[in-house]
Amino acid sequence: MSELFYAGGLIAIVSTLLVIVQSNVVHALIYLVLSLLAVAVVFFSLGAPFVALLEAIVYAGAIMVLFLFVVMMLNLGQASRDQERAWLPPRVWIVPCTLVLVLLGMLLPQIFEIAAVTNSPFVEVGVKAVSAELFGPYVLAVELGSFLLLAGLISAYHIAKR
Amino acid sequence: MSLIPLEHGIALAGLLFAIGLVGVMTRRNIVFVLMSLEIMLNSAGLAFVVAGAHHASAEGQVMFLMILTLAAAEVAVGLGLIIQLYRRFKTTDIEVLSALKG
Repeated sequence: MSELFYAGGLIAIVSTLLVIVQSNVVHALIYLVLSLLAVAVVFFSLGAPFVALLEAIVYAGAIMVLFLFVVMMLNLGQASRDQERAWLPPRVWIVPCTLVLVLLGMLLPQIFEIAAVTNSPFVEVGVKAVSAELFGPYVLAVELGSFLLLAGLISAYHIAKR
Repeated sequence: MSLIPLEHGIALAGLLFAIGLVGVMTRRNIVFVLMSLEIMLNSAGLAFVVAGAHHASAEGQVMFLMILTLAAAEVAVGLGLIIQLYRRFKTTDIEVLSALKG
């Protein structure tokens, strides 16, 4: 299982890096789908099969199809790809990358220091345990999630209307 | 079940979050900014699932479901805003939004 975790993690990092350097929107979307599927593999290797399936169905399926529809509606052609290349000279990457590398340099040693204290193997948590939690103590959060989705539906309809 | 250290999972989530953050700060096309936001939300969910798996509790997965709901609602509203931006300004450049006028 741990080989699955490391392979999935490596593919996720590489394909996510490719997402943010692309100039073609559709290529970036395909790489994002690959990245989300790799994260789904990571979830599966961590013993969370229910969440892995949801990641593949909802994230890589539904949300990415939504993105694809909008990209099709916008109908961006060669001109936008050239514009995108003109917006991305190598020097614009310097400041964000430096800032984020400083943040990571602070964060990663902390993570490795704290986690070294408690080191136990992962155990599988199946659908039944998740459902029992979801419709037991967290039933109010589920209701609030449905409110949020309804609000998102209505506001997306209103905003995208002419 | 498997022997993956907790810090490797959390470090993976942190790396993915950092890549998404670079994307948000660097890109000028609003579609790419929204995609990078998705990457960041997804990595936050990954951190929850890793921690939940480490403690053998289902709460991490429950929190991931909440983040999934949030991401779906956010992306619907965000894509509506992108469509409206493109209708008004015929561009997906976020710089045109820096002018505050009605």
